[in-house]
Amino acid sequence: MDQRITLMDEAAVERALARMAREIVELNQGAEGLVILGIRRRGVELAQRIQTLLEAEEEVPIPSGALDITLYRDDLMEVGPRPLVGESSLPLTGVDDRCVVVVDDVLFTGRTTRAAMNELMDWGRPGRILLCVLVDRGGRELPIQPDVVGRTVSALPQQEVEVLVPEEDGRLSVELVLRNREEA
Amino acid sequence: MSRISSSLGKDLIGLEPLSAEQIRGILDTAEPFKEISERRIKKVPVLRGKTIVNLFMEPSTRTRISFEFAEKRLSADTVNISASGSSVVKGETLVDTARNLEAMRIDMVVIRHGASGAARFLAERIPSNVINAGDGSHEHPTQALLDLLTIRDHRKRIEGLRVCIVGDILHSRVARSNIFGLLKLGAQVGVCGPRTLVPAGIEALGVERFRRIEEAIEWADVLNVLRLQLERMRTGYVPSLREYNRVFGVTTPRLERAPRDILVLHPGPMNRGVEIDSDVADGPQSVILQQVTNGVAVRMAVLYLLAGGAPERAEAAKTGGLG
Repeated sequence: MDQRITLMDEAAVERALARMAREIVELNQGAEGLVILGIRRRGVELAQRIQTLLEAEEEVPIPSGALDITLYRDDLMEVGPRPLVGESSLPLTGVDDRCVVVVDDVLFTGRTTRAAMNELMDWGRPGRILLCVLVDRGGRELPIQPDVVGRTVSALPQQEVEVLVPEEDGRLSVELVLRNREEA
Repeated sequence: MSRISSSLGKDLIGLEPLSAEQIRGILDTAEPFKEISERRIKKVPVLRGKTIVNLFMEPSTRTRISFEFAEKRLSADTVNISASGSSVVKGETLVDTARNLEAMRIDMVVIRHGASGAARFLAERIPSNVINAGDGSHEHPTQALLDLLTIRDHRKRIEGLRVCIVGDILHSRVARSNIFGLLKLGAQVGVCGPRTLVPAGIEALGVERFRRIEEAIEWADVLNVLRLQLERMRTGYVPSLREYNRVFGVTTPRLERAPRDILVLHPGPMNRGVEIDSDVADGPQSVILQQVTNGVAVRMAVLYLLAGGAPERAEAAKTGGLG
């Protein structure tokens, strides 16, 4: 059996997201020009939550969208069988000169962020990109750091940090998973 | 991340050897690729550094250009070879041509050839991925895939639909690939055409045969109208183009008598006024231009699925698990 330790329960995640939304407004000095983009799949759910919080707080609509970075991965030729490609969808406002907030669930090697930034550059010329993650678990392989973080943890390489969202997993939490290699 | 559960292997030769799951996998993969062609910068880096040769030994504009767009939008490097401009005219064999290309370190060959079986012949002899872009009267898998995708876009499903293929079934690789693909996905398939152009015993494939276009229209949800190759007239398969249009032409008066709204497909290039009337081709039931748009997306999906890791490496990677 895999061992699971809850790092953040639902209330903790919601408090973190509320603080993260405020930090985004602070960094951008208001809500003007913001675009929120979630990285598929769980980043999209988190981005929607942050968007809802921002819209309630700032009382303006915040454009949002989703990024699927499959076609920008640096390990595609080694992965196979091919991962299913999801759709990227951008708000009609585009990203040019906007402050684009890229939302992901867990920041690990930084390779997903690299891919997301490359994709964004193909979409246009953002005025600024902010990286916003619920959990930074360390273990970076690229010089990439987050701007807004929910929780920083030091996980060992063999451990996995999972963000669970109600839409996909039935609950909202952050969990540390120790895989039992024998059984797997 | 979810994955295509059954990969395609090295080549795409036809739809006959594929499973329903593999065909659905290609169609599902094509969906996100549609959006890339709508972007301002119509390019993603997924095939960067791959070299693809488009080996077109038979004339083709639409298929070749569609493949070329698909390749370029995935950032592959492409070379086009046509029969007239190659050493084929100097007597080089297909395998020698391919081996010479391989010696220049290519990754994929897209082949169009007049001989049935040419794509498989090549695929068995070179390590590069081979995609069949039409071989003789055997198969034209990417055309059938884009037809399937277009039907699915409009009718939300393939299963249970009644699709009738109209025209020259005998010589048509498009008809064969469509029949295999449609049947595998659970559609009912009909064929309709002059007795000389429908193979005897075609019912054995599990398709229904209609002798009159009116009966086909009465029965069908979708018509896939094939191009009448004009040389068929010279070789005596049909008496005249006007006669063909009068008996088998898809015309507005005939469609108006249909009991339901029929979707009309045509793989192109059209002979307006022969197999299809202009007002049908340009009318609201026609999805002919969407077929062309979908063609690029389907070919991007096929290129994407075939490219990359060899199957054995893929197996090894599956257990590794990538975050």
